[in-house]
Amino acid sequence: MAKKSAAIQKKIRILVAKPGLDGHDRGVLVLARAFRDAGMEVIYSGLLPSPEQVAQMAMDEDVDVVALSLLNGAHMTAFPKVKKMLDKMGGKAIVVVGGGIIPEEDKPKLLKLGITGLYGPGSSFEEIIEHVRGRVRKERWKE
Amino acid sequence: MLYDRKAIEGVRRGLKQWEQSATGAGGEKPTGAKRDFQTASGIPLKPLYTPADVFNADYSDQGFPGVYPFLRGVHPSMYRGRPWTMRMFSGFGSPEDTNKRLKLLLEHGETGLSVAFDMPTLYGYDCDHARAHGEVGRCGVNVSSLKDMEVIFDGIPLDKVSTSMTINAPATVLTCMYAGVAKKQGVPMSELRGTVQADMLKEYIAQKEWVYPPEAHLRLVRDLMVFSTKEMPMWNYISISGYHIREAGSSAAQELAFTLADGFGYVELGLEAGLKVEQFAPRLSFFFNSTMDFFEEIAKFRAARRIWAKVLSEKYGVKDKRSLLMRFHTQTSGASLTWQQPLNNVVRTAIEALAAVLGGTQSLHTNSYDEAWALPTEQAVEVALRTQQIIAEETGVPNVIDPLGGSYYVEWLTEQMEEEAYKYFDRIESAGGLLKGIKSGYLQREIAENSYRLSKRVEEGRDSVVGVNKYAKPGKEPIETLKINFKAQRSQIRRLAAVKRERNQAKVKAALSKMGRAFENENANSIYPMLEAVTQYATLGEIVDEGRRVWGAFKEPMLL
Repeated sequence: MAKKSAAIQKKIRILVAKPGLDGHDRGVLVLARAFRDAGMEVIYSGLLPSPEQVAQMAMDEDVDVVALSLLNGAHMTAFPKVKKMLDKMGGKAIVVVGGGIIPEEDKPKLLKLGITGLYGPGSSFEEIIEHVRGRVRKERWKE
Repeated sequence: MLYDRKAIEGVRRGLKQWEQSATGAGGEKPTGAKRDFQTASGIPLKPLYTPADVFNADYSDQGFPGVYPFLRGVHPSMYRGRPWTMRMFSGFGSPEDTNKRLKLLLEHGETGLSVAFDMPTLYGYDCDHARAHGEVGRCGVNVSSLKDMEVIFDGIPLDKVSTSMTINAPATVLTCMYAGVAKKQGVPMSELRGTVQADMLKEYIAQKEWVYPPEAHLRLVRDLMVFSTKEMPMWNYISISGYHIREAGSSAAQELAFTLADGFGYVELGLEAGLKVEQFAPRLSFFFNSTMDFFEEIAKFRAARRIWAKVLSEKYGVKDKRSLLMRFHTQTSGASLTWQQPLNNVVRTAIEALAAVLGGTQSLHTNSYDEAWALPTEQAVEVALRTQQIIAEETGVPNVIDPLGGSYYVEWLTEQMEEEAYKYFDRIESAGGLLKGIKSGYLQREIAENSYRLSKRVEEGRDSVVGVNKYAKPGKEPIETLKINFKAQRSQIRRLAAVKRERNQAKVKAALSKMGRAFENENANSIYPMLEAVTQYATLGEIVDEGRRVWGAFKEPMLL
């Protein structure tokens, strides 16, 4: 119990990013605020970075988590690309989660790559935040 | 004044009595959870409105349809004369796919075309660019050169239809391409009817599909205004859009205020270009969102017309009637659609569409119920179009002009919306004016904060979304959705390669360099050389790259 509350004191560093040609930033801006209010240290990529740039940012900022959002239908190319670049740059242990408009049939492939969450419109902050915390505790903090 | 003071005193006395009996010892007490009664914008609401809420109104402030200040509508006969234009936005995959969909919509009785483009096109990249990989044809049709536009409009006579193109950063290029297709069909440019969005101000505020810094994009818009005034007099070259501002999470009041502020920005731009307001204002049209707070939406539409007419008349001294009236297109809200229980979205769209009609829209797009999942299927699009047809032909709503005019509540709320808008105009002034407010991120942050407020209200259960935080059902309800494969990307790249092979390279090069020189010269009009480059099959990417060379890229302000 004591260990758990100490862990909560630790701050999760999270990069919120849209890796591609997609200006729909309502979701990411709202989520960035929700993560911040949940006590995380939030870095926002700004718009239009390439997947390579997102991976680079994650490495430079030494984050625990990369949260990806796309609403333009390009998640099947952009999300795996970010993951691949992270692995290549030595960020294999960085947690990658995703969301946006992601059809059911696309999900298994992303999950297999370790890109989880895959929340769509109408998901609650609570659910998303808990998912992120859960993975960080397990994979980064080895609790 | 509509009411005399004495009569109003009587109303007030009666109201007081009613309130006492309704909430007093003998009356019903409010029960249940504490609710805050307010509009979606956060304007507090009374339980009842009476003449006492609107007694200050002078009827000349409301007037008659087609008469200043156009509160009651822009045309004297409104929908009795002719119904609104049912304009369904579509476009996906390859130009061939879109051509087929446009023809289908024309067969179904649609009266105006509206084309959606994919992300690479919107950001000015050719389909073979590395940044376009995986995005070609995903959420609109891909256009990389004039050849693609020839295919999209194949068999559609451009002198018979009006076409709206949702394109902003490369709007000048797409206008030139449309003119290029017309030329091939033997239709003179001066007869072309249609709209390009070209509203770059709202791109920085909300939709965020920009290429260059604001000054460069505004200069291109200026060139387009001057060019169109002369060569394409029926072309609506800016559709001043609140739609995206709302979808980005603004309130109705912010949508109203920021959109009108953008409108005044374009008036200033036209004046700077040496045009008279009367020359360009009739070609400016507006584009609003219609979402779920039914009465607030109606009030917003009505207020928008009155503010536009008043400011143009009072601040800019405009007298010409055509310049004072605000024509607008409406689209129902994509953000209001839920992924859960998707069939509920048919109902949402119908209610939003009804608000737009009661607000006096000139044209309307209704979203399809499956759009929280994917681009719509043909069947879903048909239901959306039928929704409009049912409102137009079964409900009787179009029989009377502005049927909610005179409702104590609606007139009061219309005034409230106006007041909120004027307050925002002042705040934008205090932030250093529109351009400065955009470059510092002031307007963007205002929207982001409101969007966060709305999301939290839903999360806390203070606002209801049926099927999401109320009446939710476990499990998924899969629906048939439209699948887009990579075929479009491959066929587009092949076509582009053929275009590049077959064109006259020397002529393309000369045209591009001439256009580049026009970009460098602030006083030149760059549309003429752009038209030449387009006709020589210079690609979208090549043309936009010339601008990248001259103006560079936009650096986004910090929005967190």
